[in-house]
Amino acid sequence: MMKLLRILLIALRALKRNPMRAGLTTLGIVIGVAAVIAMMEIGTGVSQEIQRTITDMGANALMILPGTAATGGVSFGAGSSVTLTPQDCDAILRECPAVRWAAPVVRARAQLVYGNKNYVPWQINGTTPDYLQAQNWADLAEGEPFTDKDVRNASKVCLIGQTIVRELFEGESPIGKELRIHNVAFKVVGVLPRKGANMMGFDQDDLVLAPWTTIKYRVTGSPLASANQSSAASGTSNTVNTLNQLYPLSQLQLYPVQSAVQQADTPLPVRFTNVDQVVVSAQSADQIQAAIRQVSDLLRERHHLRGDTSDDFSVRDMTQMVAVLSSTATLMTKLLLFVALISLIVGGVGIMNIMLVSVTERTREIGLRMAVGARARDILRQFLVEAVVLCLSGGIMGIAIGRGCSMLIRQFLHWPVEASWLAIMAAVAVSASVGIVFGFYPAWKAARLDPIEALRYE
Amino acid sequence: MSLIELKNLYKTYHLGEVDVPVLKGISLNIGCGEMVALMGVSGSGKSTLMNILGCLDRPTSGEYWLEGEEVGRLSSNFRATVRNQKIGFVFQNFNLLPRTTALENVMMPLTYTAQHMTERQTRRRATEMLERVGLAERMHHHPSQLSGGQQQRVAIARALINQPPLLFADEPTGNLDSRTSEEILHMFQKLNEEQKITIILVTHDPEVAHHAKRMIRIRDGLIVDDGAAESATAEGQGVA
Ligand SMILES: Nc1ncnc2c1ncn2[C@@H]1O[C@H](COP(=O)(O)OP(=O)(O)OP(=O)(O)O)[C@@H](O)[C@H]1O
Ligand SMILES: [Mg+2]
Repeated sequence: MMKLLRILLIALRALKRNPMRAGLTTLGIVIGVAAVIAMMEIGTGVSQEIQRTITDMGANALMILPGTAATGGVSFGAGSSVTLTPQDCDAILRECPAVRWAAPVVRARAQLVYGNKNYVPWQINGTTPDYLQAQNWADLAEGEPFTDKDVRNASKVCLIGQTIVRELFEGESPIGKELRIHNVAFKVVGVLPRKGANMMGFDQDDLVLAPWTTIKYRVTGSPLASANQSSAASGTSNTVNTLNQLYPLSQLQLYPVQSAVQQADTPLPVRFTNVDQVVVSAQSADQIQAAIRQVSDLLRERHHLRGDTSDDFSVRDMTQMVAVLSSTATLMTKLLLFVALISLIVGGVGIMNIMLVSVTERTREIGLRMAVGARARDILRQFLVEAVVLCLSGGIMGIAIGRGCSMLIRQFLHWPVEASWLAIMAAVAVSASVGIVFGFYPAWKAARLDPIEALRYE
Repeated sequence: MSLIELKNLYKTYHLGEVDVPVLKGISLNIGCGEMVALMGVSGSGKSTLMNILGCLDRPTSGEYWLEGEEVGRLSSNFRATVRNQKIGFVFQNFNLLPRTTALENVMMPLTYTAQHMTERQTRRRATEMLERVGLAERMHHHPSQLSGGQQQRVAIARALINQPPLLFADEPTGNLDSRTSEEILHMFQKLNEEQKITIILVTHDPEVAHHAKRMIRIRDGLIVDDGAAESATAEGQGVA
């Protein structure tokens, strides 16, 4: 310990004799390390940002879409058949252990009216409170989420995103206000937190959430008559409950409206209440594959698909997209890191160059040190330690400057930046090894000198 | 017992194909506490002999015993230790580290062996040495801020810091004016008399050799005269 301190002290004294040169020599290392640190910090920042965006879209999210309807060879595209039911969703939640949350989604596109303003949001989703969990909306900015009871009762309540607040409410609190969706009055019970644009550039805050029953039966206007499951679930009454007669809609009726008695006499063919999609969230990222398998098996069984009948639904997950995005970011970081490493090597060569000059210049000193009893290995160690001290102090300065740069970038460009201990440790290790590698040859040359010739050197 | 014993010592340099014999069979005894002047014309082999005596170089053949130890055959690492422990050097051109204080220059040899000493102890020892050579006031001066004589005194302090029994001085006054030379030589005499340090002065100046008790004269790699300084000086003056 004592000895190490002594050696360090000698190296520092030697470097102090030419501070300007020492400073300029380390500059290469300073720049190299600063670049490495800044790159790593920005790189980790970006990948964390990507991670966050993905979590925003729904942690470990899966999307189940109904299958493709095809008639006479004409395909109508994914989601065009009506095979998914809310009961499927309940079953998934109940029977798939890898699934944490599952929520049905009914989509609508309608005009919002508040006071004298109107607006058409990007998404109006009818769903259950689970949706908030599955899509990471759970921390409401204001108010309370709607409840399962609201879903059962098809209550006219809704949650709105930040964009809607901005478009319609202009600074006043929307909580408790009446908002008309497709001419149906909804009470705003909560405001969703801000998420910003998603990876595809869509504004995720441009969103209204309401109980799916409300959207399905009151907004998009499918009559409850076609939803015999819910009437069977809720109804002990013999009369067929047609809510659309209670709340008449301004939709054009193609066929003469039947009276309740007529409907009871001639029951319509049974149709399921369908939903547009089911969002599912797996227990954890590594359970996603298990969740996909369990959901697929369950749905095939529920939809009575046997043998090689193809699925009438499709399950999509984000893994692929996540992988693409992360690999792009990693690739960029690696590339920049590579460039930064090259500058480190250039810095190392600079150190070697100056150390060689220094050895030549200090030949007499080396001779003298040998004359007073320095062994070859003492000389080797001295010059090696000098090189390492140069590199390490350059490295430490580089870390400070690199951190400073990434702080500035965060301050002024608002890029995500994440301090990386790994990068700092790597920078210290790399600069020390650059010192050893590039300091070795000059040190070895110094140690090999003959004391008599070195003393005589002019 | 003698401090230095040389037995039939040869040194031959090889310049490509040509052999250059410099020392051609030197046998010599130097006892403890002697002060010897090594004289000879330029190119006679004084420095070569001193380098071998100072364990900087190895003889081509022959034996060199220092304090009862055959040091002529030691490896370079052991010779470095011998130099550190037993030998001090004073050079014609002082050889101080530039841009380094006198104190740090004097401390320098301690870094290689005195690992048991703390920084404070080495500092104290170096301060004592500088006081002994009368440079207590110049402790923190750089060599460029010191006169030639002061620089040589720093060099002497450095040579003595390990308290070696043997001190070599190759033309120690070659770069100094006569008054300063006299001071330095008196310092050598004092060290020799008071501390019983064996001193070997290499010079071709009879005035310098006069300060020694014994004088060895070399010509063409052989000892041609070995005796008391007074007569030798007279003879040297006679030659000149
Ligand atoms: N490394 C070497 N290689 C070849 N020849 C050498 C070498 N060193 C010294 N010599 C030769 O040895 C001879 C003696 O040299 P040395 O330096 O011992 O002389 P000197 O007596 O010290 O002279 P001076 O009084 O000028 O210092 C010289 O002829 C020199 O050319
Ligand atoms: Mg000489």
